[in-house]
Amino acid sequence: MLPVRRAFSTSARRALATVQDAPPVRHYGGLKDQDRIFTNLYCRHDHGIKGAQARGDWHKTKEILLKGDNWIIQTMKDSGLRGRGGAGFPSGLKWSFMNKPGWENDKRPRYLVVNADEGEPGTCKDREIMRGDPHKLVEGCLVAGRAMNATAAYIYIRGEFYQEAAHVEQAIQEAYKAGLLGKNACGSGYAFDVYVHRGAGAYICGEETALIESLEGKQGKPRLKPPFPADVGLFGCPSTVANVETVAVAPTICRRGSAWFAGFGRERNQGTKLYCVSGHVNNPAVVEEEMSIPLRELLEKHCGGIRGGWDNLLGIIPGGSSVPVLPIKACGEVLMDYDSLKDAGSGLGTGAVIVMDKSTDIVAAIARLSHFYKHESCGQCTPCREGTTWLMRTMDRLVVGRAHHREIDMLLELTKQIEGRTICALGDAAAWPVQGLMRHFRPEVEARIDKFRAEHGPVLFGGQLKSEVDFSLAVPDNLGGSLVDAPKQTRV
Amino acid sequence: MLRLSSSSSRRLLNAASSVVRTVESRGFATTGARRADITLTVDGKEVTVPQGSALIQACEAAGASIPRFCYHDRLAIAGNCRMCLVEVQRSPKPVASCAMPAMPGSVVFTNTPLVHEAREGVMEFLLANHPLDCPICDQGGECDLQDQSMRYGSDRTRFHEIAGKRAVEDKNLGPLVKTSMNRCIQCTRCVRFANEVAGVEDLGTSGRGNDMQIGMYVEKTLASELSGNIVDLCPVGALTSKPYAFHARPWELKKTESVDVLDAVGSNIRVDSRGVQVMRVQPRVNDDVNEEWISDKTRYAYDGLRFQRLTVPLIRQGDRFVSATWEDALNAVAQGLQASGAKGDEIKAVAGALADTESLVALKDFINRLGSDNLTTDQPRGDEPPVHGVDIRSNYLFNSTIPALDKADAILLVGTNPRHEAAVLNSRIRRNWLNTQMEVGLIGEQIDAIYRYDHIGTDLKAVDQFVAGKGAFAEKFKAAKNPLIIVGSAVAEHADGAAVFKALSTFVQKNKDRLLTPEWNGFSVLQREASRTAAYDIGFVPSTKSKGVKAKFVYLLNADNITPDSIPENAFVVYQGHHGDAGAELADVCLPGAAYTEKGSTWVNTEGRAQHGRAAVPPPGASREDWKIIRAVSEVAGVTLPYDSILTLRDRMWEIAPSTVKYDETEPTTLDISAAGLASMAGLSAGKASGVPFRKPITNFYQTDPISRASVTMAQCTRSFVDQANIADDAKLAAAQTA
Amino acid sequence: MSAVRLARACLAASRRPLPLARPLHTTAARSSDALFVHRDTPYNNPQIPFEFNAENLKRAQEIISHYPTQYKKAATIPLLDLGQRQNKGWTSISVMNYVAKLLDIPPMRVYEVATFYTMFNREPIGQHFVQVCTTTPCMLRGSTEILNTVCSHLGGIHPGDTTKDGKFTVVEVECQGACSNAPMFVVGDDFYEDLTPESSKKILDAFASGKKPKPGPQSGRQTSENSAGLTALTSKPPGPGEFCAEEFR
Repeated sequence: MLPVRRAFSTSARRALATVQDAPPVRHYGGLKDQDRIFTNLYCRHDHGIKGAQARGDWHKTKEILLKGDNWIIQTMKDSGLRGRGGAGFPSGLKWSFMNKPGWENDKRPRYLVVNADEGEPGTCKDREIMRGDPHKLVEGCLVAGRAMNATAAYIYIRGEFYQEAAHVEQAIQEAYKAGLLGKNACGSGYAFDVYVHRGAGAYICGEETALIESLEGKQGKPRLKPPFPADVGLFGCPSTVANVETVAVAPTICRRGSAWFAGFGRERNQGTKLYCVSGHVNNPAVVEEEMSIPLRELLEKHCGGIRGGWDNLLGIIPGGSSVPVLPIKACGEVLMDYDSLKDAGSGLGTGAVIVMDKSTDIVAAIARLSHFYKHESCGQCTPCREGTTWLMRTMDRLVVGRAHHREIDMLLELTKQIEGRTICALGDAAAWPVQGLMRHFRPEVEARIDKFRAEHGPVLFGGQLKSEVDFSLAVPDNLGGSLVDAPKQTRV
Repeated sequence: MLRLSSSSSRRLLNAASSVVRTVESRGFATTGARRADITLTVDGKEVTVPQGSALIQACEAAGASIPRFCYHDRLAIAGNCRMCLVEVQRSPKPVASCAMPAMPGSVVFTNTPLVHEAREGVMEFLLANHPLDCPICDQGGECDLQDQSMRYGSDRTRFHEIAGKRAVEDKNLGPLVKTSMNRCIQCTRCVRFANEVAGVEDLGTSGRGNDMQIGMYVEKTLASELSGNIVDLCPVGALTSKPYAFHARPWELKKTESVDVLDAVGSNIRVDSRGVQVMRVQPRVNDDVNEEWISDKTRYAYDGLRFQRLTVPLIRQGDRFVSATWEDALNAVAQGLQASGAKGDEIKAVAGALADTESLVALKDFINRLGSDNLTTDQPRGDEPPVHGVDIRSNYLFNSTIPALDKADAILLVGTNPRHEAAVLNSRIRRNWLNTQMEVGLIGEQIDAIYRYDHIGTDLKAVDQFVAGKGAFAEKFKAAKNPLIIVGSAVAEHADGAAVFKALSTFVQKNKDRLLTPEWNGFSVLQREASRTAAYDIGFVPSTKSKGVKAKFVYLLNADNITPDSIPENAFVVYQGHHGDAGAELADVCLPGAAYTEKGSTWVNTEGRAQHGRAAVPPPGASREDWKIIRAVSEVAGVTLPYDSILTLRDRMWEIAPSTVKYDETEPTTLDISAAGLASMAGLSAGKASGVPFRKPITNFYQTDPISRASVTMAQCTRSFVDQANIADDAKLAAAQTA
Repeated sequence: MSAVRLARACLAASRRPLPLARPLHTTAARSSDALFVHRDTPYNNPQIPFEFNAENLKRAQEIISHYPTQYKKAATIPLLDLGQRQNKGWTSISVMNYVAKLLDIPPMRVYEVATFYTMFNREPIGQHFVQVCTTTPCMLRGSTEILNTVCSHLGGIHPGDTTKDGKFTVVEVECQGACSNAPMFVVGDDFYEDLTPESSKKILDAFASGKKPKPGPQSGRQTSENSAGLTALTSKPPGPGEFCAEEFR
């Protein structure tokens, strides 16, 4: 369990610390159905407007709108909602950037851009929202749009989600017909349009500025910041990019009150969250649960546990492919929220839990991710363009062990040369899985190298076999071939 | 405390704002308003820069050199090479200094272990897929990657992947730019140049990730008259010069700073020579003229200096030329003059486009001393006094000056195609058009411009309409604060020239409050030939009475755009020049002169800016500097000119036209004089309108003068870019071969 | 053959054969990734006419109207998609040129977009476009087996290839965003999830015989719920205003 707050320091000042001073240990998880926001997550009900209204969507939306931008933003701030797209930036604060003093004098249009380019491996939550509860998203656009005084919203849906886009499109049409959107949205006097824009297959467009570029009809290459989108965004106008889940929960938070939402999860990690569990659990599923639910409980309660029992677990990637893998020991302890996972050396990301049991070839699994990042790198900036390919090639060799021991450290150095040097976060995302692998599973990698060497003889830097190379020719530094068989690196 | 010039900061503002704008469509207007200065600390040194400067500029101002590949002063910011990373206090990650605006009070470090480690990392990645072919790479010795790898590169590689390095196929960009795409580091400078400056939006990046390529996706050539600049911009050897390929190494070359004469812009160039041969021509930075671009003709026509040259004096015998000694040739001229019996205006001089100012002055003095005023030029109507007159400079100069093109908010082009007549100047019009809401209108033959324009009409009628304020463009022009009329040099050669000058100068007079103010002169004439402004400045024009006189002795000075029928039969013709081109064919005696790279001479550009051209190589064979030849001829003709050195000749130039020896500056005409000039033109008698449309004076940009006509490279360009029939033929041939 | 592949082939030829059976390069290049330059071919050259049919033109105008007038360019991706659908599932050079003309932008801007996004096929594809996801979450659930099954079931083709009868094209793709329903493949626009080798074969057979199998999970569950029975959302969803704050009841 995590240290119970920092009450210790305050209680230490008291003359007599008593047992009752320690706050009760709250257990997170066990969200009740009545507190679930996405009530049609599994498409058991009608996703059209009738069904949506029966489930409480579009209920008194006009009243929410009439409360005004400040009220909505304050509600978001009070609710403690943090962006659900991966970075976890406080949503109320982010939305408030659109309403800088004097924004009324800026005659430019203002846009809300909804990021439905869900492409992070392991993540499939926005898809379920768009399939089952598209009206929550559309209503969320209106509410969030009102909060930031936007004139229109563009929902950027990844091109592969054809049916999902159709559902959202249908919801928008229905909403227009019912007068919920348009010149006088919900009869509030507020004009607001919502458009769907389908992408065409590029993970990088999930990055907010790349998404804006893509929406403008260009290659999805991230922009340099500053200027930030809130100043110069879509079509040169103030814009805010927000994740589907973030936007879709907004109306419910407004209706039920910020206190209700803030009542879930730990301090600074409040709310409910959609978790997508994939990989080696008995029953992979997408489920809405309370923030800070213990990872183990999440898996055992909703996904039938690890295939072959908890002890068969090898490691878990807790937040989508971009975060480092956790070994079994950490998996048993962490809570599924931003801070706990960060402390454990990983991250909540999108809440996509990828479970790997002992049958997994962990090196191959991470190497596959390196392939993914190589394929999805936009090619704009040097470290990512060159680095992801280099990582991929080296990881490919490590899968079979065809490498030199020293190349593990080289690989780690390369990841450090990519991390934090790129325009967007894709460089970091490509580096972290490899770092996580080496942090927790280095002996496995070394064992493979040893095994390969035992079978094929020494391997040079770059993957050539020593036996294949003619050393009478010029070979730079002998490619490590003359090194006394490298001493085993002890784990740090 | 150090300061940055505000002009460079304005550029950055424009560049920074264009990052978020689409390149091809015009964005919103940006204000070029001057902003306050800010102060920050770089490596412990306080530095003050204008607000809006990039961090990299602040670092430069503080004397810290920042390595860079993608960043370029004159292009939009890409921020993609990541080489310029610096450390900024309170920023967890290193920051790309080119993309980060300088913030007041920020504390920047450019020389810390973190910075070095970051740059070394980037360098390693850049080199990972870069071939190790420096010994056979033309960029060697002037390669940014090579230079910076000396500082930030490791002495050995860690990239030994068995899968090898990236291989990219080379692109065919035409006869000028050679590609070796394996070396490309995807800095996108060339793409940004092509889209922003050159205005050929064909170049881009196809694909993504490690497979991203620079290219045009479809197979075609880079049809721009500024394409050679991408060779300079390329920080590696991916784009090199095709004509110069494998000819020389930069350290073998003698570098001579000179000025270009193949158009009237007067681009500043550096002539790189080895021994007696010009190896290449490179641009030199001059913010007031060519910034740092030059046109392809300027850059690549130099091989024409080697072919078709006149290297010894020639005397015609029957239908052939016989080489002669200077003595014989000069005597032949003197005898020819005598034998022709020419008197007064029957002695005619014709000056061509490539005549330098010194020889023009000498020739004028020489002809005057022989009692003639028949000083003509080889342009159409060159043997009449020009319609705009030459008494007032503002009637034939580019009065607004070239840098002011950035300030204009409406431009009317009359009978001109700046793209071919002044390619570098044209790129400024595009930049302005791209970054602001500036409007362009055109009267004359339709052109293939690199900006959108309103086509008003093709002839005098359209001018009259415009002047009368009719039409959409006239309305826009009325609303403009800094309107600019650019009249092409071909208008003065047109039958309706006088009418056009009359109409336009009346218009300017009427709209004096906007077109002729102390800050703004909105009436400009764009000359297209390097010697023309100087000729007008020194009064190298025929007198009214000399018009129509049948010449018996004709002296051609570099006059190669001359038509044979303009020379009367039985006249004795002397040709002085450096190429055996159209003029020499007509001659009885040829006197071999020096080309612009072989003599120290003065050139006056279309703005009236006098600039020094310097000798990079000696004149070939027996050829001599031109003014000396005229001086020698004058002696044998018995009217010895009074100057024996170039300095005394320049004293003489000072007497005639002081502006021709006030180097590197433009002398603005005062308001009163400009007004007087306009009045003189407004008083022209127009005559009956011919109704003939204004034609583009240049049909083939690549071959306009004897040098470019002798150039093999320019001939190839003509074949690739101008002769559409050839392109179609080539395509057919290729299709037949594949089938 | 792409330059990269060519280089690799040369490399392989110049070296002695590797003792490893497994090639270092595991993913086959996707057909669309193969070449980032255009070559005129009899089936793909600018002379082949293309323009939207009346219905698509109307649709295109509607799409263009979604964006500010000076940013018509934003419609590039949707219009290319529309063009690809009309052009039998692939984006020929004529489609790109037509879109560029329609939007009044330089063709290169369209080429850039068409080469950047993987969903634009720049080479013809078969009638049914089978995209097998092989990214880690699917890989953990056996996508390698699915890919092998699909390839061998279609007559031993390789990823990136089209069957001889032109009915199927198989490619490997990156994460399609249905990870809780892994492994999966996409045929055309439809996701087929929770696959086993058997169900994959069944789906392909159905397509081959001209039928369209029902998309979605093939294991019997409806979407991404726990397949052993719902662990959440078992009760009736709350109605309008229920549990809401006073003023929104």
